Amino acid sequence: MELAEAIILSVLAASTPLLIAATGELVTERSGVLNLGVEGMMIVGAACGFGGAWLTGSTIIGALCGIFAGTLLSLAFAAMTLGLAVNQVATGLALTILGIGLSGLIGAGFVGERITPAPHLHIPFVTDIPLVGRILFGEDGFVYLSLALVIAVWLFLYRTRAGLVLRACGDNHISAHALGYPVLRIRMFAVMFGGACAGLAGAYLPLAYTPFFIPGMTAGRGWIALALVVFSSWRPGRLVIGAYLFGAVTILQLHAQGAGLGIPSQFMSALPYLATVIVLVLISRARTGGSTAPAALGTVFVPDR
Amino acid sequence: MRKILIAAAAVMLTAGASLFSASAADKLKVGFIYLGPIGDLGWTYQHELARQALVKEFGDKIETTYLENVSEGPDSERSIEQLVRAGNKLIFTTSFGYMEPTLKVAKKYPNVHFEHATGYKRDKNMSTYSGRFYEGRYIQGIIAAKMSKSGVLGYIGSFPIPEVISGINATILGAQTINPNIKVKIIWANSWFDPGKEADAAKALLDQGADVIMQHTDSPAAMQIASERGKLAFGQDSEMIKFGPKAQLTSIMDNWAPYYIDRVKAELDGKWASEDTWGGLKSKLVVMAPYTNMPDDVKKLAEDTQAAITDGKLFPFKCPILGQDGKEVECKGGDHLADGQVLGMNFYVKGIDDKIPGK
Amino acid sequence: MQLVLEKRAERSNTIALVSPLIAIGLTIVTMSILFAILKKNPISALGVYFIDPLTDSYSLQEIAVKATPLVMIAIGLSLCYLANAWNIGAEGQFLVGAVAGSWLAVKTQGTDAGHWVLPAMLLLGAAAGALYALIPAICKVRFGASEILTSLMLVYVADLFLDYLVRGPWRDPAGFNFPTTAEFDPVATVPVLIEGGRLHLGAIIALVVVAAATVLLGRTIKGFEIRVVGAAPRAARFGGFNSKQLVLLTFAISGALAGLAGIIEVAGPVGHLQPGVSPGYGFTAIIVAFLGRLNPIGILIAGLFLALTFIGGEQAQIAMKIPLDVTKVFQGILLFYVLACDSLILYRFRLIFPSRQVSRGAG
Repeated sequence: MELAEAIILSVLAASTPLLIAATGELVTERSGVLNLGVEGMMIVGAACGFGGAWLTGSTIIGALCGIFAGTLLSLAFAAMTLGLAVNQVATGLALTILGIGLSGLIGAGFVGERITPAPHLHIPFVTDIPLVGRILFGEDGFVYLSLALVIAVWLFLYRTRAGLVLRACGDNHISAHALGYPVLRIRMFAVMFGGACAGLAGAYLPLAYTPFFIPGMTAGRGWIALALVVFSSWRPGRLVIGAYLFGAVTILQLHAQGAGLGIPSQFMSALPYLATVIVLVLISRARTGGSTAPAALGTVFVPDR
Repeated sequence: MRKILIAAAAVMLTAGASLFSASAADKLKVGFIYLGPIGDLGWTYQHELARQALVKEFGDKIETTYLENVSEGPDSERSIEQLVRAGNKLIFTTSFGYMEPTLKVAKKYPNVHFEHATGYKRDKNMSTYSGRFYEGRYIQGIIAAKMSKSGVLGYIGSFPIPEVISGINATILGAQTINPNIKVKIIWANSWFDPGKEADAAKALLDQGADVIMQHTDSPAAMQIASERGKLAFGQDSEMIKFGPKAQLTSIMDNWAPYYIDRVKAELDGKWASEDTWGGLKSKLVVMAPYTNMPDDVKKLAEDTQAAITDGKLFPFKCPILGQDGKEVECKGGDHLADGQVLGMNFYVKGIDDKIPGK
Repeated sequence: MQLVLEKRAERSNTIALVSPLIAIGLTIVTMSILFAILKKNPISALGVYFIDPLTDSYSLQEIAVKATPLVMIAIGLSLCYLANAWNIGAEGQFLVGAVAGSWLAVKTQGTDAGHWVLPAMLLLGAAAGALYALIPAICKVRFGASEILTSLMLVYVADLFLDYLVRGPWRDPAGFNFPTTAEFDPVATVPVLIEGGRLHLGAIIALVVVAAATVLLGRTIKGFEIRVVGAAPRAARFGGFNSKQLVLLTFAISGALAGLAGIIEVAGPVGHLQPGVSPGYGFTAIIVAFLGRLNPIGILIAGLFLALTFIGGEQAQIAMKIPLDVTKVFQGILLFYVLACDSLILYRFRLIFPSRQVSRGAG
């Protein structure tokens, strides 16, 4: 079943940026902050990531540049929403627009250049095992990193005290504050982590997926990542499933076309979004009296003294 | 404070106006509306190269301006009109979607001349121009059939418009002269430019057994993927060999420079008139990138075919053309399809096992 | 020593007046630095952006044309946001309204239909937009699902639906398979107000909407309810205001306005239905709503101002070769500064010095 293996490989690659960005946003939202600026942070990450790799010839430096760019932008967001108690929705949108504009300016000098794409893992013998060899042992670093990231986040959120405190900030910041936890500082770190992930996810696109930079190359993936977080009910495990599901729909839609199945492509493209709405409704119904979102998500918090 | 601002504004305006009037007397101002970024390495990039050729050719006699990333919606009309108001007398609008806006502005300013690419509506002061890209597709079809081991070609289409459909048909017709049983798999990216999607489409096509990739989209993503997997591909609009040094067989290059130079010269000489230009290999509007990564006999076959088309001895849409239902298509151009039939082509020829979306 | 933010006892009215000016001032400074980095003369650049478009009637008309959909949508959004209902899907409602109104235009194409066509199209557009907006509203009210995310997801669905229609069933048969409907008949087109320009009836409608919203918010019980439900939910409950009903109402109004803006834009400046009929109006309108501080007159000013930056940005591309991305950066930065300065209306900074073990109230 070579075709199945090939499809799985494509899906893995397509899903990876979604997974990385969504993981970061999941942590942010779990701490109670809704950052709609993921698309802006991703695209700035793409521009800076490509620039870094092109200037130095190293994928790793490119990735670090992407992470740095995303984090920096997220700090602006944090300063506004946490430092100045500004409305999170408006700030996130402003961040998106700012990010798109900035990436265009930064990336303008890089259009037309190409870099060597990120190397894929290759272990002699093991990678060549038919069917599973390339899937498990032949991916580029980002794919493994994305899975490691999700596992790390899961461990952090559910197996460490710090993670518990972070979740508390998201569920009830007033109580968390009363217990003496520095809610704003925790949220700031969560936002920065989200920014770092978004930047890394954005950098993945020019570093590994299509090794050149084009303005607007994120093509709305940031918004899909936001949908993913909700789709996954804010749980890392489900995030992986969701990301691969979204990636699969994208890839399978293309394969269906190639195979001559006559499903209108727009319908297939709309499926992930429709699915998200349905899932949102379902998970909100499951718990009486509200959704399973972090209860304090998106609300402004100014600690009183 | 307000008075100072107004005074400053007035000073700036008069300064600016005097700058404009001084130059307007001397130079012809030529404007361009681009759909994408000049760095798209594809469609817009080629128009930009032609613009640069204009600057080189006419030097001080002209002054060019371009607006990039102009979306085809209501904003485009304003962008075109702003070029007019900035003093441009010859304006090139480089995408089909600008047709209605260009027409509207053309009606408003009868003394300004407009050139619209790939459209079909004209006016006294509005010309249309396009390239017979399908001629290049025919050649590509021949090369692809020769080079494909699996007998399956992969085609990444943008939108199911006649220009793209005629390209697919020409490719298959050319390929069928080498391998009557050639197959093609078509994926629609629903965009002229979406590197991520094009890359995914290329992967899907290759995974499904195609081993030569052709595209009617603008980014080098597909070439890159083909190169990564050791397969072959054709570039589009511009040279994409840098993304696939061992993968690119050739590329259909849009060569707008000769046409642009022609039109600017006519404008400078006062001889501009509204025309409809549809040039191909003969008028060098369509140029093939060097034939690479193929054995010499294939190269010769390609070159011979190119010469035959250029000399008017070979027509890609030579009758009889059979539709998918096996019935012959009415032949309105004598021994080959008439231009109008190609311009409005919305059927697949026999040998393509697919349906045109939306039909 | 710490710098902390604390809530003021009362809104600061001085800051409320002054903050937009400070924000604009900060933005101009930041943009000047950006222009300097891009090696463009900051003064001329600012002039081209802000002053030049105000100097001739054509640009002024274009500003109004661009501002019309923005203001209409933003008014609707402001009603939602005041009630603490976050409609992020205005873009989708805009598209759905455009599609619904266009349906009638396509159906009556070429027939000798009377002048009832255009008003009917506008009504259809508004109704469709309202219904589409009710989907996320109902999801929130009945199921508790986040309206931010549901309304956002539906934007993509609307976009793809429009794409499907225009590439398939509604394609102009004489249009060589290009994805656009035929040009709308004159009875299906929004009339232009001044010959030679593009200023159209939509602008008047937008002004009417602004006036209506001002009256609604300032002088009606419903308007009062909307404002209270958002600002003081508990007080609203005591007052017997039904917040669920208000969510549905504000979403419906907002969707109707967005849908109306959509069909007006399609039947006016554009003249036919095509993909990409909105350059992100639904999202830009969110910025306009916030810039206008959720106040109808403020939104009118903010909408005109933002439209000015769009027009100025295009002129800057022509006159000074400044890339269009700069306009986006400018809008993002402006919003940042406005939001930041506005927060000082409700909050202020205080320096807290660590107190040495003074036992306050140790009693």
